Amino acid sequence: MASKKFNNVYIKDNVSIVGPLEKEGLLKNYDLAIDDYYYGERTFEQAEIKMQNVVLDNLLNYNKLSESKIDLLIGGDLVNQISISGYNASKYRIPFLGVYSACASYVEELIIGSTFISGKLAKKVVAITSSHNLNSERQFRYPVEYGAIKKHTSTFTTTGAVATLLTNEVTGIKIESATIGKAIDMGVKDTNNMGAVMAPAAADVLNTHLLEMKRNVNYYDLIVTGDLGLVGKEIFTEMLDKVYDIRIKKYMDAGSEIYTNSQETYAGASGPVALPLVMFDKVLNCKKYKKILFIATGSLQSVQLANQKLGIPGIAHAISLEVL
Amino acid sequence: MNKEEYQKLVKKHEPKENKLENTIFAFLVGGTIGFLVEGVIQVLMNIFEIGRIEASSWTCLIVIFIASLFTALGFFDDWMSKAKAGLLLPTTGFAHSVSSSALDYKREGLITGLGSNFFKLAGSVILYGILSAFILVIVKVIIGG
Repeated sequence: MASKKFNNVYIKDNVSIVGPLEKEGLLKNYDLAIDDYYYGERTFEQAEIKMQNVVLDNLLNYNKLSESKIDLLIGGDLVNQISISGYNASKYRIPFLGVYSACASYVEELIIGSTFISGKLAKKVVAITSSHNLNSERQFRYPVEYGAIKKHTSTFTTTGAVATLLTNEVTGIKIESATIGKAIDMGVKDTNNMGAVMAPAAADVLNTHLLEMKRNVNYYDLIVTGDLGLVGKEIFTEMLDKVYDIRIKKYMDAGSEIYTNSQETYAGASGPVALPLVMFDKVLNCKKYKKILFIATGSLQSVQLANQKLGIPGIAHAISLEVL
Repeated sequence: MNKEEYQKLVKKHEPKENKLENTIFAFLVGGTIGFLVEGVIQVLMNIFEIGRIEASSWTCLIVIFIASLFTALGFFDDWMSKAKAGLLLPTTGFAHSVSSSALDYKREGLITGLGSNFFKLAGSVILYGILSAFILVIVKVIIGG
């Protein structure tokens, strides 16, 4: 069974920071914002480490927790060898697990953290993730100042970081269950069309979740996918309809909820931080939705293997949250 | 759903790039640059009383300098992503690729960063440029005797 039910796992708090473009976009309820992509540091990588550092420090301070009270820190990001999370973790004396599922890393972190808490192996777990537009540009695409020609299917990596505190004490948000997705390669080789890479994995994990949990799609007040983008979400809904016979109505893609149309971000936002930003900014806050399924999606590519023209595997993990 | 059927589904949802509009725009931008550069060549020839070949070399240097300067000032990438091939194909594109790589890697050291990545984008142009020039010279020697 890919699906797990959790006991006594709650989200206590979340601290977020967003970049300059995100600040001018559709998000409203973030905690901090930066005006400069360098954030007072020498390089963009160091700026991203600082963003993780600041959200984690704030999370600990707001909740009056010392480092020793946290049983586990789980981190992931997009920079080579998840180095941002590793370098940030070195500043704390907290046991650390680094995870990678590209843009699905955050939900993978929540699933691992929830498993620890549900199994009574931990009481407080922090999940942290970040992405920085210019670090992704540098690593996966072209030099920052290079005016590369973008396709309409390209997505735009979100700049930001989030740190989320999971606990076994009852709060307003319960992590109810989750489904671990499978890596699926449907032969898409285009790194500029990650929506098409990830959509089959997202459709598969949703179908698996509904079957294994014996639920109808209407059980959820809202289904939110991570960063399929304008193209990916069309493919996702059509695949659900044609292959799995699921007609999805109450649906939102986080990638379409961060930037305005005039911000020239092509097919929308991407990056591991896109989903949690929208999750805490628009979905959990608004009290309109009680049962929500979040499906984070990731494209498991590397520059080397993409250049070797192999099909790119997509991954998606689903997590069900209840607002109490 | 197999991979072939999925490719069809992806194709259906991919937005179409407007090739005609892009081509015309690139043609106009590239043409305008050619027109301006010709003007510079004429001015240099008249002011400094030099031959066309020498004036062309100087003009090329000026174009490279301007493209690199605009890259460093941070707005040339916006121009290029809009004008597309119109700015990519002339010397401006080459200068832009080198200077943007240099800017990107300068923090990683002069040897390990800047030096080894300077021609990251432009390397192919240089390699295959030299190679094709070499082949063309052989062809010319054979045909021209």
